[in-house]
Amino acid sequence: MEKVIIDPVTRIEGHLKVEVTLDRGIVKEARTSGTLFRGFEIILKGRDPRDASQITQRVCGVCPIAHATASVFALDQAFGLEDKIPSNARIIRNLILGSNFLQSNILHFYHLAALDFVDLNRLARYQGEDARVRALKEFLAGGNSSPFLPRYEGDYRLDDRANEELASHYLLALEVRRKTHEMLAIFGGKMPHSVSMVAGGVTEKPTVDKISAFLWRVNEIREFIDNVYLSDVMRITEKYGDYLEMGASGYRFLSYGAFNLDQDPIDQTKRSRLYPQGLADVALKLTDLEPDRITEQVKNSWYEDETTNRHPFRGDTVPSENKSRGYSWIKAPRYDGEPCEVGPLARLVIGYSLSHPPVRDLVEKSLSRMKLKFPNLLSCLGRHLARALDTKLVADAMAEWVLQLKPGEPVYVAYELPEEAEGMGLTEAPRGSLGHWIRIKGGVIDNYQLVVPTTWNASPRDDSNQPGPVEKALTGIKVRDSRNPLEVVRIIRSFDPCLACAVHFVTPKGRELEWFRIS
Amino acid sequence: METKRQPVIWLQGAGCTGCSISIMNSVSPSIKNLLLDEVVPGSFLQLVFHPTLMVATGEASIEVMLDTREKEEGRYILVMEGGIPTARGGIFATVGEKKGEPVTVLSRFINLARGSLAIIAVGDCATFGGIPAARPNPTGCKGAKDVVEEEKIDVPVINVPGCPPHPDWFVGTVAHILLYGLMSSDDLDELNRPKIFYGQLIHENCPRRPYFDEGKFARKLGEEGCLYELGCKGPFTYADCPLRHWNGGVNWVIGAGSPCLGCTEPSFPDITGPFYKKISHWEKLKPSLK
Repeated sequence: MEKVIIDPVTRIEGHLKVEVTLDRGIVKEARTSGTLFRGFEIILKGRDPRDASQITQRVCGVCPIAHATASVFALDQAFGLEDKIPSNARIIRNLILGSNFLQSNILHFYHLAALDFVDLNRLARYQGEDARVRALKEFLAGGNSSPFLPRYEGDYRLDDRANEELASHYLLALEVRRKTHEMLAIFGGKMPHSVSMVAGGVTEKPTVDKISAFLWRVNEIREFIDNVYLSDVMRITEKYGDYLEMGASGYRFLSYGAFNLDQDPIDQTKRSRLYPQGLADVALKLTDLEPDRITEQVKNSWYEDETTNRHPFRGDTVPSENKSRGYSWIKAPRYDGEPCEVGPLARLVIGYSLSHPPVRDLVEKSLSRMKLKFPNLLSCLGRHLARALDTKLVADAMAEWVLQLKPGEPVYVAYELPEEAEGMGLTEAPRGSLGHWIRIKGGVIDNYQLVVPTTWNASPRDDSNQPGPVEKALTGIKVRDSRNPLEVVRIIRSFDPCLACAVHFVTPKGRELEWFRIS
Repeated sequence: METKRQPVIWLQGAGCTGCSISIMNSVSPSIKNLLLDEVVPGSFLQLVFHPTLMVATGEASIEVMLDTREKEEGRYILVMEGGIPTARGGIFATVGEKKGEPVTVLSRFINLARGSLAIIAVGDCATFGGIPAARPNPTGCKGAKDVVEEEKIDVPVINVPGCPPHPDWFVGTVAHILLYGLMSSDDLDELNRPKIFYGQLIHENCPRRPYFDEGKFARKLGEEGCLYELGCKGPFTYADCPLRHWNGGVNWVIGAGSPCLGCTEPSFPDITGPFYKKISHWEKLKPSLK
């Protein structure tokens, strides 16, 4: 047996450590741990409830808008506004969140994941005229190699042409990603950490110049998605076909649904959304979403055993400093006691299982174009493909939504702050299902809880010792070279983990934080 | 012309990566220019360590950091993003291991700070503690300058606050170092912020200022008028957002009808919050001048 420790896993958001145990090259066991803890829920307590949509954005600078969205949904519910949000505000919220999806997905594929597949070293022999490739070649030839080297060596398979084009697109995508933030700021004010989305609606008004500025940018980015992003993912799948067969978690998929298409029905688990809500297993068997079935288990996390298996709203978090079974600050959220995979792949699988028209059509068309079967999606590269299709679906929808805005009509509804109230906000973040729960007492936040996508995906083992989805996806894979464990990092990154999100901490009963150490 | 390479180690502590993402939004120079090209004639940046962008992972990434610490001692710039948890010896944020034990961001920071030419603290968390240091500061988070002073490290710290900072504020600070050398005390305010970016109040340059002077105040969000009654912290916040605008100039906070949150000030978020409530304690909002 050989133990491989990767700490830090770079090119993700946040601080992650992964430990795999190899038996003759096969992963027998994998353990993922978050290594940063900030204590957001403790910080939120006692504050003005309206500030939650600003404070929680600071959980993650890559996808702050997902937190803003979940937060304003929870506040709308607590303030009794769910059916009163003006249509302009609903659309602008969708445009802001959608722009964040584009930003996060493009960043993830090109700047976080692609260099596990693209061989920059080989650009030394480039003779072509592409200015971006030449810039990279000259940069590397000048003896300056960071931040591109060192890297894991070995299995890089793209032919020269595809390799050069993807390298070129790495730089192109830096510009495209920046424009997604410009798009977002048109209605969001600024990014990262946007200001426009508030309880009761948005603060920015639609005007024809903003609509047109948004439309032109979204169309430019759609062109990039259709002609560059999707075909780059396809080129990687052509050469790394074995990654369409490995890296599945095998667990049920979960989605809260995202992008309200209407204010009705008021129930967030049933509201009409671009992405539908639900659960689906790998045989496409569907289940309706009932958030009450969610619990968080902690037998293998550094928290007191007696607090295990509670719904987040009734949860309690008591750190346990020397727990021998503990190996992560992340709790293990479970649905009906089962681990679930969340993310773009989950959204597509659920939409596909429901025969939800835009999702089903896009998935079928793409699979047939690539000569792939549905089970190929349930894999490491399947996640990348799903993320690219997710980007397309959202971008195409935004180009229609922006034209539904009505200048001159309201964007905000005023309200009274309640003394006591509760609210739940469910949405999808780019990397999966995100839920916020708020309880207000005496006009301030009494309890605020977040169950974030990476808590689902990078969760440790639960009370029945079932590994989390990332751990499960790594188990059984073959690692060719333990000094260059490319297989491990490729699979981890396919989940697009966001560890800043995943490690958070609650003391809902106002308990003093107890101190502890990592043993 | 001979070119020089300015090594940069970018350490992330208790933060959200938003500052890195904001720097990636730089327009001219673009992030590609910052990574690959001469940032000013004759000078490249050499981004030796950056957890979000670097290709190296695991031990190899730490080796390259420690190698630079040794070989470029006194030459590299340390950029700190995120706060530095200090409670319980700093165990709340660790990066990499040494002999099987996790190494805290606190000890990495102290070690790297001692060998650096200068420290640029980007964002509120690294300058004044920011969100993770907000009441009750569960992890004992501190900004870089506090740790440097406590540890008696004789290296200058330039503070580039904001949640996140505008990319121009960071890029301009770096360009100053490359063109003219380290900033002197004349270039910085009492909080070590470059005066060129943080020299004037939002309020002084706000396009809604005429409303304030006339006493025309918005009563609810989305309404025309000065946002002061709705909680705007522009009258207490030093930054050039109203002139510079954000994200390629398309918009900014008050431009989108939202009150300024005061995010370049040490009082963010405990005193500048509640964000949507008229300020009732002027005196506390003044930056803690020395």
